[in-house]
Amino acid sequence: MSGRGTQRRRGRRTDSTLAVAQGLGWFSIGLGLVEVLAPQALARGLGMRGHERLIASYGAREIATGIGILTARDPTPWIWGRVAGDALDLGTLATGLDGRNRQREKVGLALAAVAGVTLLDLLCGRALSARRSGRRLARHRDYSDRRGMPQPPEAMRGAARDFEIPRDFRTPEALRPWTSAA
Amino acid sequence: MRALVWHGKHDIRCDSVPDPRIEEPRDAIIRVTSCAICGSDLHLYDNFMPGMKNGDIMGHETMGIVEEVGPECRNLKKGDRVVIPFTILCGECDQCKRGNFSVCERSNRNKDIADKIFGHATAGLFGYTHLTGGYPGGQAEYLRVPFADRTHIKVPDSLTDEQVLFLSDIFPTGWQAAVQCDIEPTDTVAIWGCGPVGQMAIRSAILLGARQVIAIDRVPERLSMAKAGGAITINFEEESVVERLNELTHGKGPEKCIDAVGLEAHATATLDSMYDRAKQAVMLETDRPHVLREMMYVCRPAGTLSIPGVYGGLLDKIPFGMAMNKGLTFRMGQTHVNRWTDDLLRRIEQGQIDPSFVITHRIGLEQGPEMYKTFRDKQDSCIKVVIRP
Repeated sequence: MSGRGTQRRRGRRTDSTLAVAQGLGWFSIGLGLVEVLAPQALARGLGMRGHERLIASYGAREIATGIGILTARDPTPWIWGRVAGDALDLGTLATGLDGRNRQREKVGLALAAVAGVTLLDLLCGRALSARRSGRRLARHRDYSDRRGMPQPPEAMRGAARDFEIPRDFRTPEALRPWTSAA
Repeated sequence: MRALVWHGKHDIRCDSVPDPRIEEPRDAIIRVTSCAICGSDLHLYDNFMPGMKNGDIMGHETMGIVEEVGPECRNLKKGDRVVIPFTILCGECDQCKRGNFSVCERSNRNKDIADKIFGHATAGLFGYTHLTGGYPGGQAEYLRVPFADRTHIKVPDSLTDEQVLFLSDIFPTGWQAAVQCDIEPTDTVAIWGCGPVGQMAIRSAILLGARQVIAIDRVPERLSMAKAGGAITINFEEESVVERLNELTHGKGPEKCIDAVGLEAHATATLDSMYDRAKQAVMLETDRPHVLREMMYVCRPAGTLSIPGVYGGLLDKIPFGMAMNKGLTFRMGQTHVNRWTDDLLRRIEQGQIDPSFVITHRIGLEQGPEMYKTFRDKQDSCIKVVIRP
């Protein structure tokens, strides 16, 4: 029907799981840059002075993971790498909940934000892994002989036109001209 | 008798339970010869529908032989062969008189609870939560049928169980979904979900004369069955649904859209579905309405959305402004089964359609619990399971 365009689109393979993974990749790089470029400000804001080098190293990790996600043919392991990194972030942030830390409310907010991103990472990782195993186990049955009708669909098209649509199921007359494919 | 019994999330067992008995004068008891697992049973299996109780018997696609009738069930007798519609109808209330059997005003015996939840109660359903009457279901050796003088479809011996069993639900449900579209010969009908209801909707749309039927899923075997029925298929994991639909309709979008998915959309790939999953996980949302959002977006202005897929409660981020401005018509509801079954039975008898094409697995009752899992996980190319108790 619209063969060449269709093929082209299929070839382009617009897969939104990968789009989400890519989004996470860019997010990773963005966050990583902030951590690498401004570790002092982050440490001060979270009341975690003395952790500047650790924050900067986490930033480097984020950037590496982001690049991995954006460049790998299959980003699945990199997304799971992000999940592991999230666990590290959560653990580190949790030390900032110490009662002596005056910024612990901000730490709590940061923890909540990281937890949300972790959930997104987990869902994306699961979806990607499911795709992988699905592809591996792609031994599905072919039901292309299950027509359910005595003739090919083209011959059966409209075979039930004798059916009268009940009045209460009909499209309102006012809308009918606008739904026409003409 | 033996029956498949709900004990909680992902916990269905084949138990011994007391035999049903006549409770009301219009009742009948049937010996079940065939029943099936429905996609909407999975919403109970996954515990997304409120109102199930430990010990409830599952199943609403059932047929069998009449064993016993109450004194006021005068049009059935022992030995009659009947399919039981999943919607229980009294046949006498205002709604039944209009043919709106799925909102029968008398068959829901838990009307007080349903009134509180829904504003006004809907019909009683077999094996489908206490909001719809808490009636024991038909995945069992015997079934009590309330209002049995109306809640049945007599079937001739010339047709097999497998040819007529799906008159109980999925065939009229797919048919009503297509009828709700009021299909014209120029129409493109897009159908989300190629499970059993989607498959019936595809064939119904073809029979009703749609110019083009497009089916959307990600499971290869379901897509192959959809294609066999005459649909152009879209695998949403490999292609953009919106782009393809626009391409197939010269940029205008389909006139008619059918949601045969419902509350557990598995579009794991999209941001909005991830958002839904996250909200559902923390109980801030009951349903995952990705398909609804996509239909509203891609449907042609002044088009129709037909929704046979089951939704249970609260849906978030529905772009209703978009729907309003596009002038979309929404048609939805549980199926008024008996409104369509005379006509559909005639079409089966005439050989216009044989709904048994959808059956992929045949089992005994004791295999039921395992088969729920198989069906839910779409393992072993499972599309439709028929149980012979």
